[in-house]
Parts: sequence; C-alpha cells; structure tokens
Amino acid sequence: MAVDFKKKDVQAMADRSIAATLINGAIRTSEQEEMALLLRQKSKLIIAYGSCAQSGGVPALANQFAREELLHYVYDEAPSVHNSAGLRPQPELKDGDKTVLLPEFRNVVRSLDQVIDVDYYIPGCAPNPKLLKEALDAILTGKLPPKGAVLAPDKALCDNCPRIDSKPQDLKIGEFKRPHLSTIDPEICLLAQGFLCLGPATRSGCGERCIRGNMPCTGCFGPTSRVHDHGAKILSALTSSVAATEKNEIDRILEGIPDPVGTFYRYGLAKCLLRRKIGLTDSK
Amino acid sequence: MVENWEPRIIAFFCNWCTYTAADLAGVSRLKYEPNTRVIRVMCSGRIDPQFVLAAFAHGADGVLIGGCHPNDCHYLEGNYKALRRARLMRRLLSDMGIEEERFRLEWISAAEGEKLREVVNDMVSKVRALGPLNLPSRFKEWDREVEVLQKEIEANSGGVDTCLTNQKLVSIGVPLAGVAKSQSST
Repeated sequence: MAVDFKKKDVQAMADRSIAATLINGAIRTSEQEEMALLLRQKSKLIIAYGSCAQSGGVPALANQFAREELLHYVYDEAPSVHNSAGLRPQPELKDGDKTVLLPEFRNVVRSLDQVIDVDYYIPGCAPNPKLLKEALDAILTGKLPPKGAVLAPDKALCDNCPRIDSKPQDLKIGEFKRPHLSTIDPEICLLAQGFLCLGPATRSGCGERCIRGNMPCTGCFGPTSRVHDHGAKILSALTSSVAATEKNEIDRILEGIPDPVGTFYRYGLAKCLLRRKIGLTDSK
Repeated sequence: MVENWEPRIIAFFCNWCTYTAADLAGVSRLKYEPNTRVIRVMCSGRIDPQFVLAAFAHGADGVLIGGCHPNDCHYLEGNYKALRRARLMRRLLSDMGIEEERFRLEWISAAEGEKLREVVNDMVSKVRALGPLNLPSRFKEWDREVEVLQKEIEANSGGVDTCLTNQKLVSIGVPLAGVAKSQSST
C-alpha cells in the first residue's frame, strides 16, 4: 500500500490521531520545524528515526560554521559554481501580484528533540531494519519502555563485537593510524591495531556491520543511556589509552587525530554539550 | 553584558595534592582571587571530559584542573590519564571556539599553597581579560530563531486545544544531551 499525503491532509486530521510518526532528518529550515510541530500535534508518539533526528547527524557538523560562511561557499566559492551576479536564494520573491516563499535557513542545526517533544529514538546512520521491526512490534503490542528511551540495546558495541577476544585488557595506543593508509587485519580488534574505533563508547544494535566490513566504528548509533556527551566520552576513552606520559610525546601521538570535532561528533554535534561552535556571527 | 561581571571558574582539585594545597593556602592565610568554585575529586584522572563541557554549558567562564605531579599520583597513573585527555580537550575546545586560556591543567602538590595562589590569580586575570563565556545566555539567543515560528503557530491555533498550545518548545537553557527526559521538560 502506498500513500501520498499532502500537508493539508495532515492538518485536517484530529489531534493525536496518528498512532506513531517516525521522523528522520535534522532540523535546519523553518519548513522542517513547521512539519515537526504539525506532526507532533497530530501524533500520539513521535519517534526520532536515525542519527540526524536523534542528534543532528552529519548535517550537524555545519554547526562549526556560520550560516553566511556556508552560503558564501555554496553560492560563490565552490569550484563548479559560476555566479558572477552574486545571486542568493531569498526567503520571499514578489512577481507582480504573486509572492513566492522559501523556508528560512536557520543559523543552527538542531536534533528533533531540540524542536519538539520526542517519545522514542531509533538510532543509526542508517538504522538497522531489525531495530525498526522491533520498534514497530513494540508499538503495536503496547510493550514500550519508558518515554525517552532509545530503542536499541543499552550496551557498548565492544560487547557484541566479533573481535572482542583480541581487545587487550590494558589498551596502549602508540599511534593513531588512518584506515586508508594502512592494511587492516580482519581478525584483530581495530583499536589494538591503532585505528580510531569508536566502539567502546557507542551503542550496539547495528549488527557491527562496519567491523564485519573491516572498518572501524564511527559512532553512528550514538551513546548509551549512561552518557551525556558522546564525543567527550569517546575522547576520554581513547586518549586515556595513549601510550605516553610526557606532554610532547602525547601531543605527537594525538596528531593522528587531526580533527577531533569531526571525528568524535560526526553524527551528534547538535547534542554536544556545547551544541555549536562559539563565537560564530549569526545572520537573519 | 552584566555590570560588574566576575569570572566564574570551576576548579576540579584532586584530594591528595591540589585540594590539600588549597587547604594549606587557607591555613597560611594566603589571599587570592575568590573566583574559583572548588570541586574535590579523589584524582585528576577522575575528571571526565564531560564534566569540563558541562561546566562550560552551565555557565562557567573557565575550568581549572589541579592534580599531582607526574610520578606522584596517589593512584599511580591517574594524572597521566588526565594529562592525555587534557591535551586533546584543549584542541577540541579551541576548535569549538573556546579560548585556550579558559581551560587549564596544573600540577600542584600538597605543599605548594603558594603555587596555587599564583595559578588561580593568573587564570582569573586571563579569563577576566577574555570576558564572560556565558553559554546559557548564548543558547537562549540561538534558540530565539525557533521560538518565532512556535509563537506564530500558537497564535494561529486560536483557542483550539492542541498539544502544541499545552507544550512549550523544548527549553535548551542547560542541555543534558542524550537524556530526553530533561530536554522535554517545559
């Protein structure tokens, strides 16, 4: 069965008549906000579906830049752009007696729960079909956990990792290797090999698809329930295992992480306790 | 900008060394700037980077960590962990627009009451020169752009009892990310 609703169809529904709405995507435009607010009004349950809705996702990395920087790059600076007239999209265009509107492009990227009240979260970039099925089963049978829960196991990925046996008790990292510049042994714990794997601080439930594909975890399932700031937690876990005790040597090893924000907050910068880079110039 | 603003610095001091140094400074009647709020922890290695970020998010203008000198940690390794975390934290904070002088790690042993005074005075003067960080009020300012639409929708729903009118937009004043319950309070 395929359905195609228009906004007016949703507006015509009674409040709270939709059993559950799964919303994916981060919130950056006024249209996205409006749809989120509308769906919240019409739904009993709102489920934030995927990393973007849960914590901002990759789009939230834009919180490191000012709105004007982004627009300037996209419309003026990008290599394939020719825009000698310096045109920019405008929120409003009047043509005679007709007016055309575009949504507002906000200064800040937000997760869904920074705009509306969210009942549950299904994490992942992208979420696992198995988790989706379990979530729908839970909704249909009424066996849901307390509000606010993430509908995925509350354990770290390491617990379910096929390589757990080769994860050393006392991890000592002498060098952070870039995956594309080294050979990755398909049997041994990735951290033990010196690759930045975010498994220790990331929620499981994904089936460890990346590990099984011989690539380190990048943290898309977000934190477990015991963590407030995912990026800070993984930073803590990894840096405390650096195999040096002297400042300069530590710094040298940490140069193997050239971009801490992008590495540790790849899917969740909107949920960083700082939320966004400080000191950016905001514009209307 | 608040009149007569004074820096507020959260100071995490390890029990065995720096906290004891602070005690010694007190007993020795050493005068130093009163701008630190001291939180005693058993070891500098206990400092989770989340504490540092939470301190800033809650309104701190600076965060100071005091621990034992290398080789002198009561728990042997804890201060090395603190050092390793601090080295990357300062880069992360800098990339997120928080000036380096706002976050500091110092080794201050139990006998170094004088050093504690110097460090606190120095840090307070540096943070004072930088001005307030005041993240809570910045969060409020950022979120004004979302409030406009919500107020508009509330106004247009005119008397109809929607769950929107009964429910404010999430207040982001002091976010504890990942904990949906606190974020969904009105």
